Amino acid sequence: MTQTDAAVTSHPVPFEEAVARYDPVIGLETHVELSTAAKMFCGCPTVFGADPNSAVCPVCLGLPGSLPVINKAAIEYTIRIGLALNCSIATWCRFARKNYFYPDMPKNYQISQYDEPLCTDGWLDVEVGGTTVRVGIERVHLEEDTGKSMHVGGSGRIHGAEYSLVDYNRAGIPLVEVVTKPIPGTGALAPDVARAYVAELRDLMRALDVSDVRMEQGSLRCDVNTSIAPTGSAQWGTRTETKNVNSLRSVERAVRTEIERQAGVLDAGGRIIQETRHFNESTGTTTSGRSKEEAQDYRYLPEPDLVPVAPPPEWVAQIRADLPELPAAHRVRVWQQLSWNVLPADKDAIINAGALDLIAETVAAGASPEQARNWWLGELSRRANAKGAELSSLPISPEQVARICGLVDSGDLNNKLARQVLDGVLAGEGSPDEVVAARGLAVVTDAGVLTAAVDDAIAANPDIAAKIRAGKTAAAGALVGAVMKATGGQADAASVRELILARLGQS
Amino acid sequence: MSITRDEVAHLARLSRLALSDDELERFAGQLDVIISAVARVQEVAAAGIPPMTHAAELANVFREDIVVPPLGADVALAQAPAAELGRFRVPRILTED
Amino acid sequence: MTSGNDLTTLTAAQMAAAVAAGEVSAVELARAHLERIAQTDVQVRAFLHRADDVAMAAARAVDDRRTAGEPLGPLAGVPLALKDVFTTTDMPTTCGSKILAGWQPPYDATITARLRAAGVVILGKTNMDEFAMGSSTENSAFGPSRNPWDLSRVPGGSSGGSAAAVAAYQAPLGIGTDTGGSIRQPAAVCGLVGVKPTYGGSSRYGLVAFASSLDTPGPLTRTVLDAALLHEVISGHDPHDSTSLAAPVPPVVAAARNADVAGLRVGVVTELGGEGYASGVLTRFNEAVELLESLGAKVTEVSCPHFGYALPAYYLIAPSECSSNLARFDAMRYGLRIGDDGTASAEEVMSETRAAGFGAEVKRRIMLGTYALSSGYYDAYYGKAQQVRTLIARDFASAFEQVDVLVSPATPTTAFPIGERADDPMAMYLADLCTIPSNLAGNAAMSVPCGLAPEDGLPVGLQIMAPVLADDRLYRVGAAVENALDQRRGHPLLAEASGIDNAGATAEAGR
Repeated sequence: MTQTDAAVTSHPVPFEEAVARYDPVIGLETHVELSTAAKMFCGCPTVFGADPNSAVCPVCLGLPGSLPVINKAAIEYTIRIGLALNCSIATWCRFARKNYFYPDMPKNYQISQYDEPLCTDGWLDVEVGGTTVRVGIERVHLEEDTGKSMHVGGSGRIHGAEYSLVDYNRAGIPLVEVVTKPIPGTGALAPDVARAYVAELRDLMRALDVSDVRMEQGSLRCDVNTSIAPTGSAQWGTRTETKNVNSLRSVERAVRTEIERQAGVLDAGGRIIQETRHFNESTGTTTSGRSKEEAQDYRYLPEPDLVPVAPPPEWVAQIRADLPELPAAHRVRVWQQLSWNVLPADKDAIINAGALDLIAETVAAGASPEQARNWWLGELSRRANAKGAELSSLPISPEQVARICGLVDSGDLNNKLARQVLDGVLAGEGSPDEVVAARGLAVVTDAGVLTAAVDDAIAANPDIAAKIRAGKTAAAGALVGAVMKATGGQADAASVRELILARLGQS
Repeated sequence: MSITRDEVAHLARLSRLALSDDELERFAGQLDVIISAVARVQEVAAAGIPPMTHAAELANVFREDIVVPPLGADVALAQAPAAELGRFRVPRILTED
Repeated sequence: MTSGNDLTTLTAAQMAAAVAAGEVSAVELARAHLERIAQTDVQVRAFLHRADDVAMAAARAVDDRRTAGEPLGPLAGVPLALKDVFTTTDMPTTCGSKILAGWQPPYDATITARLRAAGVVILGKTNMDEFAMGSSTENSAFGPSRNPWDLSRVPGGSSGGSAAAVAAYQAPLGIGTDTGGSIRQPAAVCGLVGVKPTYGGSSRYGLVAFASSLDTPGPLTRTVLDAALLHEVISGHDPHDSTSLAAPVPPVVAAARNADVAGLRVGVVTELGGEGYASGVLTRFNEAVELLESLGAKVTEVSCPHFGYALPAYYLIAPSECSSNLARFDAMRYGLRIGDDGTASAEEVMSETRAAGFGAEVKRRIMLGTYALSSGYYDAYYGKAQQVRTLIARDFASAFEQVDVLVSPATPTTAFPIGERADDPMAMYLADLCTIPSNLAGNAAMSVPCGLAPEDGLPVGLQIMAPVLADDRLYRVGAAVENALDQRRGHPLLAEASGIDNAGATAEAGR
């Protein structure tokens, strides 16, 4: 049941049709938990998964009389992020209190930034389907994270709960909020642009070494804003905000499903309500949450317990000078070094799989780009997906993959054996060479052994042998199969075939 | 009349104060007087005057990114009105975050 | 009378010297004062919590250090009354409110820690207007304290408990907090010395916040030198408080001993006087100004044109900040919880608890602050008030180009009767008329006794104001006035207090 004028019911419009008649405008608000050692305003450790309330103090618990003190590293990280996003850094700014009551906020106000953010007016280029989309960045500001509640009774969600249990370990962890400017003109690519933006932002944060950015752990959180308007309208439509978007895939799905839903509402003559919606992982749709029409009055005031932040120009210049190579530049450089002609679709696939650096390092260790690509996007991606893990987290190094390629090249392994070696390395049995030795996986090259096996196969299959002697070399396949079986698959099939043909006078 | 009884009721809700009807009545009258009195600040021409931030104009006061031992869960929960599973137990929350 | 009572009439400086010289033990001092409290607090009601065991243990520790030959600080062994707004790990901290009744903080305020490290013996926590909002202690959830000069009258507020304790000889040292005058006004109406140091001069860490940009801890004592000694013990930079000053503590003790005002330029603030001021207050104030002149000061009149807007600006800024500061009292993590019957929501429990736990003045200020910060109203109220504040600071700055200190009465009237203003918030607010400008600008200010009003025989305070970080000037002027008046009188002013039995406070004592 969608929330529209009461008399109107609607059904979502299939995506292709929706974007044919409506232009979407999207926007993203991303929260990034910084990987500082201590919290934003106190010395508590910024841990994940610790015992509840084991990382709290009077300040982050908001006890009466406690006072915040700004963690310098958090300011530095935020400036780093702002510079990497091509923003202007404020010469003077303040923190502000955002006042509202909620049990996971110990002070019932959040120390954040309001009309004086640390960084403003930047951009981030995003590659989608071979085109570059420049996403405008409205602002980057710093605030403190809240505690976490568990809702007891009911389904575990807030509705229908009997009571809640609150853990304040997360309260006070530094949180950077990156807000894009509205992104119009993406049309059917809107979901892809949203996803690509979040992926690029995530890679940027990693390169800057300011956050773990793990969506599944909550150190990267995304709210997606979506609106649509009939194609050719001068004005944009009313936007909704979708929360609980916990993975890259969900970002894409959330935009897609909202466009479909909103198109259905408008087609049915209803109007879009400005509201917060909740993305549902299992159904891939959004449900209505809090209405934003009655906007909260946060009664912002400059934080009187803190003094202004005026980053000295020399400090900002130093941070700028120390910026590492950013992902976009890095990718350009790596592609150039690989000097490998690849189709844009393949490029996207490689980047989306997070395989570019892995492939480059595998090539640097001696494999060809094609070999490297085939392993990383083939077998290894399958294994990573099965575990729900990232490619880079697999317990195998590019050098080891290159070694396996080398062993195949030299004939020491065939593809089947190579996969078994891969399994062994992933299982922690050691390096490729160690696995080969331990499991006895080398291709059988001993001429005596092979000849014996070939002679056995010929003797066991006189009819087939006769056909081959008569010139039907194609029949050799069955004998090859027999020899492979006899050697446990550890022979090189091509060599075996040659041997059989030679034996039977056909080479 | 600078503030109505309904506005006072709204303020009470915003600030989580469950006032009785008597209190609402009384406070409305008192707040009306006070607000009229403090509104005098609007008589002052202050175009271009910056707001005050600190008597000694401090700026850039920071702490180093160093961990300090926390209180410990026992101490943190010691004064809690209710606790369960090492967490603060609070009544059911109506408003969605 | 017992020797105990004689001990309680000494100044803090005398007590410290006696302890250091081994003439009296810290334990004897503590015992004498605890007995004094036991005898008099039924009438005065200064204390919310008496920490006899903790105090005796602290006193013993000082004595042990002394016998071990370890160096002692300038106030080691001297008893002190601490306003119940500072966190203490071994005593409850209620802020005069039901919502924190019985709350035992897990950490000490920096002020608390510095006092303990200095060997000062904290006797207990004193009464105050709830969350420091008020000028009489009538807003305390636990009933008002009484003025030792006249038990039917208020001791001032919000630090009225500390003031009453010191004026009743229950302790020679008191700590209060001054947000709109809450140290200076009680000092004035109780015949004491009360100082609001430069904002940021002493740490607010562990001081339960009322108005963050205004709250300032400070001393309440019977002599200027005692205040200076205490000022130095509590002051100095604190890395836990971002608003605390890094600058060194001004040399206040040296200034108190100096006490020479020859050639000093003194400005009388035109806007702080006239109608609304009790005639006795003005009489004694004018005499004090003449006295300064006779001591060699150059007195002129100085206009601070925006001071008339100080009261309205204050009653916008303070409630706004407090509406936010007090939001944390929501029954979720500590303190009172009411209405949690298993079906009520968190929002309902918060609202019920806050309605039951906060008094009327606190509720008024929370709502006023919520109003002033509301979207649509911010610019006209809180925003405007912060601009007016800058103008007031500029008034001070240009005044201090012409003079070294400014003077005014500390408060327009003497101690008023309990109940007289309790139902009239605006009348109550007027008590802060003279003190508020210094809170807004953050500069240093002091109230020092300048006599008794002829019409009622109640104390009058002279307010001295000095520039930011020039706290020492207060002590120079205050000590000069004190010396001259004590000499003229032949005895300290408090010896004349007749509200309770001040047996032992003879003409000879305290000199």
